[in-house]
Amino acid sequence: MSRLATGGLIDRSRPLAFTFDGRRYTGFAGDTLASALLANDVKLVGRSFKYHRPRGIVSAGPEEPNALVELRSGARREPNSRATVTELYEGLEATSQNRWPSLDLDILSVNRLVAPFLGAGFYYKTFMWPSSFWEKLYEPFIRRAAGLGRAAEGDDPDHYEKANAFCDVLVIGAGPAGLMAAKTAALAGARVILADEDALPGGRLNAETHEIDGAPGHAFAAATIAELGALPNVRIMTRTSVFGVYDGGTYGALERVSDHLREPLPFQPRQRLWRIVARRAVLAAGAIERPIVFGGNDRPGVMAAGAVETYANRYGVAAAKRLAVFANNDGAWRSAFAARAAGIEVAAIADVRPTIAPALLERAKALGIRVIAGGVVAGTAGKTLARIDIASGSRTDRIAVDGLAVSGGWSPNVHLTCHHGGRPVWREDIAAFVPGALPPGLSVAGAAGGTFSLAGAFREGFEAGAAAARDTGFAAPALDAPRAEDESVALAAFWHVAGSRGPAFVDPQNDVTAKDVAIAHKEGFRSVELLKRYTTLGMATDQGKTSNVTGLAIMAELTGAGIEATGTTIFRPPFTPVAIGALAGHHRGTEFRPVRLTPTHGWADEQGAVFIETGAWLRAQYFPRAGESDWLESVNREVKAVRSGVGMIDVSTFGKIDLQGPDAGVFLDRVYINTFSTLAISKARYGVMLREDGMVMDDGTTARLGEQHYVMTTTTANAAKVFQHLEFCLQVLWPELDVQLASISEQWAQIAIAGPRAREVLVGVVDPGTDVSDSALPFMGVAEARVLGGVKARIFRVSFSGELGYEIAVPARRGEDLARALMAAGAPFDITPYGVEALGVMRIEKGHVSGNELSGQTTAGDLGLGRMASTKKDYVGRIMAARPGLTDPERPSLAGFRPVNPAERLRAGAHFVPVGGPADAAHDQGYMTSVAYSPNLGHWIGLGLIRRGQERIGEKVRAHDPVRGGDVEVEICAPCFLDPKGERLRG
Amino acid sequence: MRIPCPYCGPRDSSEFSYLGDAAPTRPDPAAPGAEDAFFDYVYLRDNPAGPLEELWFHASGCRQWLKVLRDTRTHLISGAVFARPKAEVAR
Ligand SMILES: [Zn+2]
Repeated sequence: MSRLATGGLIDRSRPLAFTFDGRRYTGFAGDTLASALLANDVKLVGRSFKYHRPRGIVSAGPEEPNALVELRSGARREPNSRATVTELYEGLEATSQNRWPSLDLDILSVNRLVAPFLGAGFYYKTFMWPSSFWEKLYEPFIRRAAGLGRAAEGDDPDHYEKANAFCDVLVIGAGPAGLMAAKTAALAGARVILADEDALPGGRLNAETHEIDGAPGHAFAAATIAELGALPNVRIMTRTSVFGVYDGGTYGALERVSDHLREPLPFQPRQRLWRIVARRAVLAAGAIERPIVFGGNDRPGVMAAGAVETYANRYGVAAAKRLAVFANNDGAWRSAFAARAAGIEVAAIADVRPTIAPALLERAKALGIRVIAGGVVAGTAGKTLARIDIASGSRTDRIAVDGLAVSGGWSPNVHLTCHHGGRPVWREDIAAFVPGALPPGLSVAGAAGGTFSLAGAFREGFEAGAAAARDTGFAAPALDAPRAEDESVALAAFWHVAGSRGPAFVDPQNDVTAKDVAIAHKEGFRSVELLKRYTTLGMATDQGKTSNVTGLAIMAELTGAGIEATGTTIFRPPFTPVAIGALAGHHRGTEFRPVRLTPTHGWADEQGAVFIETGAWLRAQYFPRAGESDWLESVNREVKAVRSGVGMIDVSTFGKIDLQGPDAGVFLDRVYINTFSTLAISKARYGVMLREDGMVMDDGTTARLGEQHYVMTTTTANAAKVFQHLEFCLQVLWPELDVQLASISEQWAQIAIAGPRAREVLVGVVDPGTDVSDSALPFMGVAEARVLGGVKARIFRVSFSGELGYEIAVPARRGEDLARALMAAGAPFDITPYGVEALGVMRIEKGHVSGNELSGQTTAGDLGLGRMASTKKDYVGRIMAARPGLTDPERPSLAGFRPVNPAERLRAGAHFVPVGGPADAAHDQGYMTSVAYSPNLGHWIGLGLIRRGQERIGEKVRAHDPVRGGDVEVEICAPCFLDPKGERLRG
Repeated sequence: MRIPCPYCGPRDSSEFSYLGDAAPTRPDPAAPGAEDAFFDYVYLRDNPAGPLEELWFHASGCRQWLKVLRDTRTHLISGAVFARPKAEVAR
């Protein structure tokens, strides 16, 4: 066991059992999986991505590149979970990744032997040719050899939420700077949200051994959090990562509500995606310690110096029994002293700098730590680390250690500052990139801005909090800054030990070595963006949090251009991975989007209807009856019932728009190609409207109810689009017109009855004394009447099916009553409910165009509606519809199609090619838009667009359908297959 | 991104639908050269980098068409007014 006897912010009274690769271990509440593994002397936790090299834990935070595990099992299995931020819970199950058959013995580690082939540009060079090898050979090989964990196979059993929050000041990070900023803004009176990705706020205060106002740092953090938590204007969000900065002060954040539990509590989401709108924000996200690259630097036991300190102080774990330190800065010395204070033997400190501050040397001497100034690690040995070689001048010291704490300095977490395109700026004195141009409303405090001392963090936190409060209208309070050490953070830039022994990893997660960077340089991929893509540096799940700066610094050394000129790659959201489940939230499965139900949905359900999604609507597709073997049989019955008797269908889904005002008629004349101002009151007319580019936008009937009152219907699909278009015409194009619009689609239920017996059914539902005879209500007539005993109704004598038909509109809440009343009134005539399939069959039999023909690429002329266009007025689309390309007689236009052999089936989407000619694009004459089986004709029929369609009636072509293997000879005919004179609907 | 609707106050951009540059005006269809003018009106846009007055429709709100001033480089929205001229709004 490597658990220290005392110390740490863990609860030793609460042991937690967990398994790793099937073996049982015990940790404590407050542990992460990483700290618990280290406490149990588990040093080897995974195999690397390409070379399957053994890897251990290197960090104590979200930047971890190595310790990625599969967490949980079954449908909850989650690959690439970072052990360093995975809170331990009772029964946690973790499995190592990338090894076969076991972590200890990994057969694919022979990849190391072929390392020359897996180097920079490997994917580009090796798998280019022949392309036919890709699917069968290359891809499976790469996936097997270079995988990173397995996704769960089952549906995610947990659910995810989305939520919004608003505040004056958002503080990102609850370390010393963030705590101070939040406290200052909160005491000023601002509404503050303090978000921290850790379960325990405090940041470095929990990891280091500072004294603040005479108390330990972690106690100061806890006291400050308690103080903030008691304020009504403060919301503390722990386990919450702010991952993106969006427009207008909007921040994306992920709250891991239940990730620290074995499974979510009842009714609790697994994670919650927050959209936080903040007037001001303070980024206090700290910094990440970066490594120094040397040969064998990936051996388990090599860690970040700060991580060793964190494991000792926060978790009471000795990451090593005998430790050496390799660094280029003063901070790492304090990590060494902290480790020593926790009881870890520190064998040596090797610092690349030849001259060390006397105070540090004195302290090391007092603690009995050997110092090798100007020393670098020249090599390492052991399966897990057993020995390091330190070269200084001409001598080499071999030192037996099981831990090496490395520090190459610190990289501020500038990521979020770059989300609006700002580029970080290089600061030579700290050898680090600091934020450049900031997103509006965001400021930076503490280590995130390159101020690494504790006193500096407090000072900047106070200033940023006070400024944010002032900016949002609050007077900043007078606060005493906590008394803390202004410790030295001196450093000498140092990136890479040249000439060290063994592969030197820059990006351990993607197995990119210093040599790969050199190859990229040699082959000309010198821009950082090319370096990244050619070598895959920084492209793994950690997005290069520890490796980016080092990689580009090595490139800068090679080019001699300097780091500032070399620059960084562009940082884009998210800062940390966000599960797709969290982004989807509740929008999955049947809840993917809201569903609209028709007013008669419940009634249709009772009738056993099969429903189909049409846009956002769920509509009855057909009404199967016992004994019917398939949908076609049901649909054929419904069609025949309408044509021989009477049927009914809910058509409430059509868009309905009420237009009123003295200029309503003029307005309609300008949006339709035909004229409505001359329409008689109590009459309806079919209209076609174009887009301004001359293409058909929509069609439908519009009725005139009064001198200044019209009701328009649109297609179901275009209801919202047409309404928006009409508002545009009215508000933007012709504001001088006095017309008011209102969408009444939701307010009116509308049911169509159709068939020779339709009038008799209608008579049965209108109130006594209502005249619906042919003379009182002729074809295209409209009546405002009462039905069902006093219910206000509008009756439109219109027909989509080609039969005598009426559409009866009643207030939406009475729609179901109307359906039942129609069924009762129609019972003597065997009234048959029909669905959208039968409706579609009948409209194709009649040659009426619908969504498939109104594709946005057809003109009125293409659809045989050109003669409707008025030449006496202007309307939207008129000018552009006259363009030569849109009036070309060669354009495909609407025609009907019947199979020459009546037994053959037609398919929508088939292309028309000449009989006996080649079936290729050069001979393509158009395509089939809609097909149906006509039970009245006894064969399949189709509508389609074919070149010069109207002139070619009687000609034969092939309907060629290579996708489904069909090739059917068809005869071109008029688009209307049934009752072309329209005698039935006038009956 | 939020749009300050003059009727509804600041609202999330997801409530709006976007049309584009507010500058082009529908040409006089009776004027000579109307066909060319309409071609410009329908298809040609300047795509400037900087402040641009755009048409947005408050579809999930007051159903008003707005002219919104947005900087295409930063998405900074610095104002919104009704697209319908003032005299007509007041009516
Ligand atoms: Zn509004």
